[in-house]
Amino acid sequence: MIKDITIGQYFIGDSLLHRLDARMKIILTIAFIVSIFICKSFPALLLMVLFTFVVVLISKVPVKMVLKSVKPIAIIVAFTSILNIFYVRGGTPLVDWRFIHITSNGVFTAIFMAVRIVCLVIISSMLTYTTTPTMLTDAIEKLLSPLKLFKIPVSTLAMMMTLALRFIPTLIDEIDRITNAQKARGANLDDGNFIERVKALVPIIVPLFVSSIRRAYELADAMDCRCYTGGPGRTRMKQMKLHPRDFAALAVVVLLIAGIVLLNIYFKAVLVR
Amino acid sequence: MEDKVIIKFDNVSFAYEASEEDTAATQVVDGFSLDVPKGQFLAVLGHNGCGKSTVAKLINGILVPSAGKVTVDGLDTADDDKVTDVRRTVGMVFQNPDNQIVATIVEDDVAFGPENLGMPPHEIRKRVDDALKAVGMYEFRDREPHRLSGGQKQRVAIAGIIAMNTKCIVMDEPTAMLDPHGRQEVMDTIQMLNKERGITVILITHYMDEAVKADRVVVMDKGEIVLDGVPRDVFKNVEKLKSLGLDVPQATELAYRLRKAGLDIPDNILDEKECAEAILAALEVK
Ligand SMILES: Nc1ncnc2c1ncn2[C@@H]1O[C@H](COP(=O)(O)OP(=O)(O)O)[C@@H](O)[C@H]1O
Ligand SMILES: [Mg+2]
Repeated sequence: MIKDITIGQYFIGDSLLHRLDARMKIILTIAFIVSIFICKSFPALLLMVLFTFVVVLISKVPVKMVLKSVKPIAIIVAFTSILNIFYVRGGTPLVDWRFIHITSNGVFTAIFMAVRIVCLVIISSMLTYTTTPTMLTDAIEKLLSPLKLFKIPVSTLAMMMTLALRFIPTLIDEIDRITNAQKARGANLDDGNFIERVKALVPIIVPLFVSSIRRAYELADAMDCRCYTGGPGRTRMKQMKLHPRDFAALAVVVLLIAGIVLLNIYFKAVLVR
Repeated sequence: MEDKVIIKFDNVSFAYEASEEDTAATQVVDGFSLDVPKGQFLAVLGHNGCGKSTVAKLINGILVPSAGKVTVDGLDTADDDKVTDVRRTVGMVFQNPDNQIVATIVEDDVAFGPENLGMPPHEIRKRVDDALKAVGMYEFRDREPHRLSGGQKQRVAIAGIIAMNTKCIVMDEPTAMLDPHGRQEVMDTIQMLNKERGITVILITHYMDEAVKADRVVVMDKGEIVLDGVPRDVFKNVEKLKSLGLDVPQATELAYRLRKAGLDIPDNILDEKECAEAILAALEVK
């Protein structure tokens, strides 16, 4: 069972998106999020949706998986949409019945917000679908390395992140083993009310902590043996290199933002603030 | 002769400090001396808690002696400035492969040691590929470690040490958590490293069939060396080993029992083939 676990939500593939430099992907994702916030007119929104569509197509990640990443936020989207429909005033009144007042602006805002959130989630999940956790941590380390000037231990933090990722499957395996061991001793983990079930977790969590601390000591020894000091002077085998395709991607996103800005100027803004 | 010794314990004493639960300090070794010549394959046997792991950790400065001296290729392990040099000379492989693999990709893990040594990227690449080929894990270089079998994981851990180009490898029960197949894989790797690459190997184990393959066997009890010699001589002491709570190889055990039962069989039998021939010879005489 443990062998099926993939760390993070990486989707193995070899698309153009997979091959982009992870640092560039992080920056472009942030740029896209910014463009979501500056997008104010319907044509600009359309451009953004189109872009999201094309990105998903290029990534070759199955649409089913993409939708899966949207599912957890469906409730939030529905909730904000309903709030917007009922509370935003202005424009043509559509429904005016007792205490329910719906206006065209409300509906537009609701649609706008929903589309924005969905695009945001899809694009950010495209980043994690096409980048391995290792590449992500390495990229974050590289991007944050200027912070070293302010004595922030960026490399050490990145190492901690890598180790955390590395130990997720090991700990899941361990939880599995402890759970089975406790069940074999007659522990009832599946029945009872909420409080009883939380209490039943104690005999699992305590051994898990004990064994994790023991693991941490052993790991520290093993890292010491391999000359890890946490200090400077460490080199990396895999050097990150920007390719022409990374700059091409950058150009595309810059064009996207320019397009959104232009469309905002030429068409009437939907969101009145 | 002196410069042929790579690891030297000179009258070493070590005690774990008293802790909250365990108020008395645990004296593990006291006046312990041992020389390991370059290129030797040394097996260390001993009952649980007799101090084998402590001795292993004393070799590369994870622990430092409270009295006496441990030297590795002439370097004092207690010298803080030399600790990196010591660890470049002696690598260590532990029992649980899960607790010594640091990266989420096999080749990244093997690269960890050389990266820490600050080597240039192309040189690290060469060493990583070489190390992975040496342990037969090259095809698995871009896999995730948690998808590998125990024996494969342990070979990745060994590759991580080979990539550091150490002259000596200390292994603390590297096969204890493996199935027979995994044990065989790891033993083959260890023997290859010793025979083909001339790496000094110190193997702590409680499998007698592994100890038989060593050049020399040291048996410890309560922090002291009680037997020391080539496997053939050490395993002659069947009664002594049993009194220490240790086994002997199966063939040795069989020969020992037959001899006790009155059959004329030599006392230096190590493997099944020798045992069969000796029994045959003894029966023909009758
Ligand atoms: N970290 C520690 N703190 C205190 N005592 C320890 C520690 N590690 C081992 N010991 C004690 O030292 C003795 C030798 O342990 P060890 O070297 O692990 O033996 P072996 O590896 O031969 O089983 C044991 O009595 C053990 O309880
Ligand atoms: Mg031990």
